[in-house]
Amino acid sequence: MRLAILATLPLLVLVSCGDDSPSGADTQTLNVLAAASLTGSFDELAAMFEAEHEGVDVEGVYDSSSTLATQVSEGAPADVLATADLDTMQRVLDAGDADSSDTFAGNTAVLVTPAGNPAGITSFADLDKKGVTYVVCVDTAPCGKIGAALLESNEIKAEPASFEDNVKAVLEKVTAGEVDAGIVYVTDGKAAGADVIVVEIPGAADQVTGYAVAVVKQSEDAALAQAFVDLVLSAEGQAVLRDAGFVEAP
Amino acid sequence: MTAAVGRPPLRLLVLAGLAVLFLVIPLVGLIARSPWQSLPRIITEPDARDALVLSLLTSGAAILLCLVFGLPLAWVLGRVEFRGRSLLRALVTVPLVLPPVVAGVALLAAFGRKGVVGGPLYDWFDITLPFTTLAVVLAHTFVALPFFVISVEGSLRASAQEYDVVAAVLGASRWHTFTRVTVPMTLPGITAGMILGFARSLGEFGATITFAGNYPGSTQTMPLLTYVELQRDPQAAYALSLVMLVISLVILALLRERWIGQGVSR
Repeated sequence: MRLAILATLPLLVLVSCGDDSPSGADTQTLNVLAAASLTGSFDELAAMFEAEHEGVDVEGVYDSSSTLATQVSEGAPADVLATADLDTMQRVLDAGDADSSDTFAGNTAVLVTPAGNPAGITSFADLDKKGVTYVVCVDTAPCGKIGAALLESNEIKAEPASFEDNVKAVLEKVTAGEVDAGIVYVTDGKAAGADVIVVEIPGAADQVTGYAVAVVKQSEDAALAQAFVDLVLSAEGQAVLRDAGFVEAP
Repeated sequence: MTAAVGRPPLRLLVLAGLAVLFLVIPLVGLIARSPWQSLPRIITEPDARDALVLSLLTSGAAILLCLVFGLPLAWVLGRVEFRGRSLLRALVTVPLVLPPVVAGVALLAAFGRKGVVGGPLYDWFDITLPFTTLAVVLAHTFVALPFFVISVEGSLRASAQEYDVVAAVLGASRWHTFTRVTVPMTLPGITAGMILGFARSLGEFGATITFAGNYPGSTQTMPLLTYVELQRDPQAAYALSLVMLVISLVILALLRERWIGQGVSR
């Protein structure tokens, strides 16, 4: 028991340090809930937004779109929601958690292998080779829906080793070398750089997922939230997304 | 005795009452929001059945491993004098206070394809542990073992060691004493440790999803399925949670039985 108390000591120190930091009355937090595949781009957009709006702190929360939608409907602090598919956004609109949404980008799927490519995968069909393990997103996440569709259209028989909660979890399992391959977005493959080898998936161009962004109803500052949405839709914001590998909304 | 110390002060009663409400209201909420009508359908779906069976099997396997390896460890900690005993005890307790997701990361570092142990296993024998049912059992054992060891060790130290001495004086070997005297005398503690460890395994989420992944039938346990269902079909998530609540109540009942039994036998 004494050990348990000792173990919590560093935590207490951390917490109290957090309290000491200048949590001024004039800083405002904008909670942006975005699909995991938007992590890099939205971090960049958040920095741009903070530079333009003094005293605003953009808090990015990244997870699978369906997880975020559930969080919004359960009343999580949220100002902006960006999903990696239109179905999930429609679910949020239907539930009355947002009034309207804008589509702002598109994305397609690729297969990635660890840099060493331990299973020697050169084509999507290689997933069916004996002993190859691969992971995909869980089918509630947009990346999982696309993945399932592509596995079916390419008649892959082998089952994945795991259904990961979101696309970054899939990417992490691949870059860590725990599996031979994973289905992620083009943008994730690009973000991972030299850590992965990208293999094209036949028919991926027919499965473009659309990204939608909306001001969430429970936002405490809808005008500021709208300003962030405007940034995403602006030429400047679109340039950031294009650089990351996103394509035109379908 | 109550008369002698006076009436319990109201402020303590109010705070205690609030604590009870805080613990009970979520459970009431869960029961209230559960879809009673579709409950039989949801819990007999193949995914739910698979997850329940997998959870029970992996938790059962984990607790057997705890018994085989944890009982000797508890005995060493409780009955053998040696330098560094308290250090060893502290080491054994670490997973108890470790966040489960950290346990998962640590297990990957040890048994993953590039892990300290997992690396050679993969390179030499082509064995991959993550994403297998065995990985679930390992994750469960990692978190349940400290519960079991601490519980059994406590009961070993509480039960009188004199009987061991008597057995030794009468000529019993130490192994004989262990199997014929020590184990029977600490049986209530061992049973309680097994039930506690089983309960901890059943609820394990963080280490499992990190180390073993999430695949129906092989690694998707009840907590993982509940988490996934909350995004797909919240009604199903409530139904599955209710099943887990019932199992927890059964475990609690078993523990109570144990405790009462222990009290009578003393």
